[in-house]
Amino acid sequence: MTHRNEPAVVVRDVHKAFGRTTVLAGVSLEIPRGTIYALLGPNGAGKTTLVHILSTLVPADRGTVTVAGADVATQRHLVRERISLTGQFATVDEVLTGRENLRLIAALLGVPRRDRSDLVAQTLTRFDLAGSADRPARTYSGGVRRRLDLAISLLRTPEVLILDEPTTGLDTRSRQQVWRLVRELTGHGVTVLLTSQYLDEADALADRIGVLHRGRIVAEGTPAELKARVGDERVALVDAAGTIVAERVTDGTPAGVSRALSELDGLAAERADLHVEIRRPTLDDVFLALTGDPVSNPTEDISSTDLVRRAA
Amino acid sequence: MTSTLVTPPVVATQPRRGRRLTAVAPFVGRSLIHSLRDAEALLMAVLLPTMVMLLFVTVFGGAIQLPGIDYVDYIVPGVIVLCAGFGSSSVAVYVATDIQHGIVDRFRTMPVPAYGVVVGHVVAGVLRNLVATAFVIGIGVLLGFRPAATPWQWLATIGLLLAFIVAITWLFAAIGLASSGPAAANSYGFVLLFLPYLSSGFVPIDTLPAWLAPVAEHQPITLVIEATRALLAGHAPGADAYGALAWCAGVIAVALVWSAWMFRRRAARR
Repeated sequence: MTHRNEPAVVVRDVHKAFGRTTVLAGVSLEIPRGTIYALLGPNGAGKTTLVHILSTLVPADRGTVTVAGADVATQRHLVRERISLTGQFATVDEVLTGRENLRLIAALLGVPRRDRSDLVAQTLTRFDLAGSADRPARTYSGGVRRRLDLAISLLRTPEVLILDEPTTGLDTRSRQQVWRLVRELTGHGVTVLLTSQYLDEADALADRIGVLHRGRIVAEGTPAELKARVGDERVALVDAAGTIVAERVTDGTPAGVSRALSELDGLAAERADLHVEIRRPTLDDVFLALTGDPVSNPTEDISSTDLVRRAA
Repeated sequence: MTSTLVTPPVVATQPRRGRRLTAVAPFVGRSLIHSLRDAEALLMAVLLPTMVMLLFVTVFGGAIQLPGIDYVDYIVPGVIVLCAGFGSSSVAVYVATDIQHGIVDRFRTMPVPAYGVVVGHVVAGVLRNLVATAFVIGIGVLLGFRPAATPWQWLATIGLLLAFIVAITWLFAAIGLASSGPAAANSYGFVLLFLPYLSSGFVPIDTLPAWLAPVAEHQPITLVIEATRALLAGHAPGADAYGALAWCAGVIAVALVWSAWMFRRRAARR
């Protein structure tokens, strides 16, 4: 197939508005096959809308999108055969058990009846779900539900896996599990596009990161490139109320930290209530560094779904 | 994660062309599991017909005297139609619940006709209704209902009721898609459930006030009830049956187009 030589995802100048609200204002990006791309941005940046366009759920107003070699506007069916989407809100059937959920999807995908039980059992084991396989999904914890969601998406190996905020609302242990699952996938040649509000998540997983801000990609590069622009750990002086009074960006080495501390020494001597914190850069720092705009909550904290619900 | 991931299995799937119909079967299975797990709905499906039948036959039945027909024979068709409505209204709630949750998005990003999720609920609803109808007839027989229909007339009755049940169930599916949520779907359904009372189902039309009688006489549910009653009594249903079938076909066509349109609209808005 010729499309195997092209990038797995090609987005060119995509625009999308809901009513008068512009959500995407000319997004372009490319994702090479077998790599992980993280789309980083706060709520309302347009991440979910872009995900919906890529996964054929909503059409773009302008621009072209090719996913796994097929055009999302004119070859929707082909795209759907080649992708899996794990949406922001768990897309599992709550009444069915984990096993029944997987059996349903296997049947819909046309897996022959005689192979279904084996495939489902294997998948349950792969995703560490065997213990909860026969309970209704409504009784699952957030982490288990997310794993079932991923298991459903990966029942058959897609060419492109799209994950919309895969770890939002999960505890640390569940986050780590999801990260490990995603890393293992690219070993099998799967291309992953994930969205996240967490810089550490994008850093831990992605080969490339695109920073989405008010419907535009404002920065793009490898995690190392982005961190070079944003800086690594910072040493901060914090007052009793937790407000940062002053801070210095460091490289995280003992020498770097002590250099930062000595720079902050004069200030600390003046005020007795200050104490030292070492913190990692957050999404806020990224935006401050890249846009001069200290927003993790831009104009409005809404997703396209909310917008539409509100308009309805 | 305790185990290392094994290589994802390579899954053989059938070629998709010409599979649109069979692709609906898993959705039907899903909806049937939902029906069986919904203990309250199952209980109501059994309890309501029993109570309605007991109420009309034993409480009102003594006061309502009809010339030439035993009241229990008169009322069974009315109760069948009333209960078909009860059974179908849950379809509106199921459909409204699905369209509000992410699961429809999942189906829409898969290479399957996603509207199948609605068809699944309709088929399961029709099957639930057929069981409830058999149950209603059974209770009727226990209370003294003695149908005089020939096997052919029974077959015609089943066909007519099936058409009616499909029509009302699909209509409820469309209502579920058109309403803003499961709770709204439930209340819209209530209005439709009132129609059988404004018919010849429980009392003869000539006992109604003059302004109401024409409405009751010409509404589709009266035609269905009259045709069913005639068939079960062993008579030829005449024009009522054709009228009833025409109504059912019309309602099915409207519900199909309306629900498909609403499904696209609702799903695309996310």
